[in-house]
Amino acid sequence: MMKRSNEPIFWSLFGAGGMLAALIGPALVFITGIAAPFGVLLPADTMSHAHMLAFTQNWIGKLFLLAVIPLLLWHAAHRVAIMLHDFGVHAVAAVKLICYGVAFAGTVATAWLLLAPGS
Amino acid sequence: MSATGSDARRHAGGRRPYVRSMDGWWKRDPYFIRYMAREATAIFVAAYAIVLLFGLYRLSQGPAAYDGWLQALKSPLSLAFHLAALATFVYHTWSWFNIMPKTMPILFAGGKRVTPAAITSAGLAAAIVMCLVIFGIVWRIA
Repeated sequence: MMKRSNEPIFWSLFGAGGMLAALIGPALVFITGIAAPFGVLLPADTMSHAHMLAFTQNWIGKLFLLAVIPLLLWHAAHRVAIMLHDFGVHAVAAVKLICYGVAFAGTVATAWLLLAPGS
Repeated sequence: MSATGSDARRHAGGRRPYVRSMDGWWKRDPYFIRYMAREATAIFVAAYAIVLLFGLYRLSQGPAAYDGWLQALKSPLSLAFHLAALATFVYHTWSWFNIMPKTMPILFAGGKRVTPAAITSAGLAAAIVMCLVIFGIVWRIA
C-alpha cells in the first residue's frame, strides 16, 4: 500500500488561513494596526488593557484568536516553504520542518496564552 | 541515442553543455511576477500574526507590559508596517479570489457551469461584507 501523504493536512490549513485572511484580514489589520492605536474611526481606548483582557477572557474572543493567529501562521508557513523551493532551496525536509515548526510553535503558544489556567 | 546526438557531443569538444541559469526566473514573465507577488504576501501575513501573538503574550504579563506593546503600535515604524500590511492583505484578498476559480472544484448551478468571473465577484463581495461586519461589530462594542 502506498504511504499516505501528509500534504492534504497542510494544504487544508493553508486554505483555511488563506480564506480567513482574504475575508477579514484587511479589516483586522486596519483595526488593530491603524484605527485603534491612532484613534481613527474608533475610540483611542478600543484596545486598552481592560478591553483586551475582557476580550480574551470571553469564549468568543478566545475562539476568534485561536482561529486567527494559528491559521494565518499555517497559511504563511506553507507559502514560505514553497517560495524557498522556488528560489532554489531544495532541502525540502528541512524547509518544511522549520516553516511548519514555527507555525506549530505559534499555535501552541496561542493555545497556551488563551487556555492555560488563569488566562 | 541517434547519430546526431553523438555528433553534437563531438562538436561540443568535451566542454560542459550550456545550462540556462534559473536565477531570477520569476522576473521573466508577468505571469511569474504575479505568482511571486501572491506568494510574497505570506511574509506580511506571518509578520502580522506574530505581532498579534506578541500582543497576546504582553497581555498575559500585566497592564504595564501590555501598555508597552500598545505604545509600540503608535510608533511611525508600526504605522508604516501596518499600512504596508494593509495593502498586502488587500492584494491577498484580490488575488485569492482571482485564483479561486482554478483551485476549487467546478461548480454547477441550474445545470450551467458557474463562470470564473462570477466566483471571483462573489468572493470579493463576501470579503467586503465580512470586513464591514467585523469593523461594525468592533465599532459597536468599542
